[in-house]
Amino acid sequence: MDSKLNASLAEYLTALGDDELVLAQRDAEWCGHAPILEEDIAFANLAVDELGHARTWYELAAELLSEDRGRFPDHLAYFRDAAEWRCVQLVTLPRGDWAFTLLRRYFFDVLEVLRLEGLKSSGYAPLAEAAAKIYNEELYHVRHGKAWLPRLGRGTEESHARMQAALTQLWPYTAQMFLPLPGEAPLVAAGIAPETAGLEAGWWAAIEAALAAADLRAPEKFIPVTRPRSQQTEHLMGLLSEMQMLARANPQARW
Amino acid sequence: MYGASVDEVKQDGAEDPQKLAEFEARIARGEKIEPGDWMPADYRKQLIRMISQHAHSEIVGMLPEGAWITRAPSLKRKLILLAKVQDEAGHGQYLYHAAETLGISREEMVDMLLTGAAKYSNIFNYPTLNWADIGTIGWLVDGAAIMNQTMLARCSYGPYSRAMVRICMEENFHKKQGQEQVILLSQGTPEQRKMMQDAITRWWWPTLMMFGPHDTDSPNSPLLVRWGIKTRSNDELRQDFVNQMAPDLMALGLTLPDPDLKYNEASGNWEFGEIDWDEFWRVVKGDGPLNADRMAARRKAHEDGQWVREALAAYAEKQQALN
Repeated sequence: MDSKLNASLAEYLTALGDDELVLAQRDAEWCGHAPILEEDIAFANLAVDELGHARTWYELAAELLSEDRGRFPDHLAYFRDAAEWRCVQLVTLPRGDWAFTLLRRYFFDVLEVLRLEGLKSSGYAPLAEAAAKIYNEELYHVRHGKAWLPRLGRGTEESHARMQAALTQLWPYTAQMFLPLPGEAPLVAAGIAPETAGLEAGWWAAIEAALAAADLRAPEKFIPVTRPRSQQTEHLMGLLSEMQMLARANPQARW
Repeated sequence: MYGASVDEVKQDGAEDPQKLAEFEARIARGEKIEPGDWMPADYRKQLIRMISQHAHSEIVGMLPEGAWITRAPSLKRKLILLAKVQDEAGHGQYLYHAAETLGISREEMVDMLLTGAAKYSNIFNYPTLNWADIGTIGWLVDGAAIMNQTMLARCSYGPYSRAMVRICMEENFHKKQGQEQVILLSQGTPEQRKMMQDAITRWWWPTLMMFGPHDTDSPNSPLLVRWGIKTRSNDELRQDFVNQMAPDLMALGLTLPDPDLKYNEASGNWEFGEIDWDEFWRVVKGDGPLNADRMAARRKAHEDGQWVREALAAYAEKQQALN
């Protein structure tokens, strides 16, 4: 790969890592506060997985940019301001209730599985290898969400109402997930990454079935979020100031 | 992680003397008591109290460390801490199951925690004020818990003993990770060394209190010893802990907040000053730095999760009606 393609892929992987890290940070907020003990365990585990994935994507980006594989991921996580992050707005939204949390995860995980299916056959071997490993973990994430959705959607009146409210709130943000990732176009052309827009039909089919099984309806009228990933929410700033506080107060320290 | 409890054993019911004698003979032979076996009512009661307190401690213990997951200063530390807190939730789950073998449900136990009828380890009523607290909890607090739990791994009740074997393995891992952090911070930048010393100064005495009151103030311990639940006394375990930890911490250049701490060549023990027992009992009785906060956090999680648990029950019922 030439250096231009390297830079594109590093940009692409950083955006993927940003999605994973911010979602992990949000999910970790449940640790010790989940509605049942089994979900304290499950959510900590989901967050551990996503954190691990973020680190993997950042490490691959480090290699492509000839940066230190050990230190560069922490640099990306701890020393970038909100304007430099490229996550989708969906993952930055505050934790919300359990309905919101599960539905957001499910929307994200289903897309991740579809993207990983494409990345497993990436022309860049290190990426294909990492994707194959992550793919297996993500299948469990989707299974976890799929078990919950009908339980809450068809449980009680209250749980149904909460799920429907979460769906209405989250739905506009899903549009942004199908915009091209930073650096994507040349990667698609070179057979290194799948086209994100091409994943939408598969995502919609899976989500439509899951929503029907949970007796939920996607809103018909809504204003889709189609702003580029370079435009961040205020929520991300709050999240980063907490996450980066200690590392930035002691920039020379090793932890 | 969990330390010794405050023992409140009262033998109230009169047991069949022959059955009691057989039971005590089994324990004397080193046999394990299993869920279906005959046991004195007080043995059952004491075990439920101890195991559920232990489970509650794991659950409440997620809070002080959990607060630092979002602030952990590197991805590696964030991963380690998340995995550790996940382990604690797993220990809680495992212990609730062990207690359930004695005829009490998890719901009843959680209810006792939330109404204040059941206790949890005092140590979690202290705040985590800087990042070095995380390493300190791993090395000192988990280290103290391991001493107590290694003893309990040999206890006479099979399910508790087996739970402890498994939990101790994971706790030893946490302890090593904590030790690694304390070593790193105590040799780090001036700010890191300062936060490390601050953490040790705050956690040293509460950690020693984890072993419970003096043997002389723990009049019921002999019964727990006779029934093979406890096999070593609070003071013995506490002395072992100080002997192990004090030289290691001082070797790192850390100062322990005890002017009376000194090595006694004749006994081979590190002698230490008197624990502030007024503080100990104050925290036991609910007036610790964070007792109210910890319980409020648990109650909030429980109340916020009520609709979720109701939905699960309703869904299960509907599914059953369909089948």
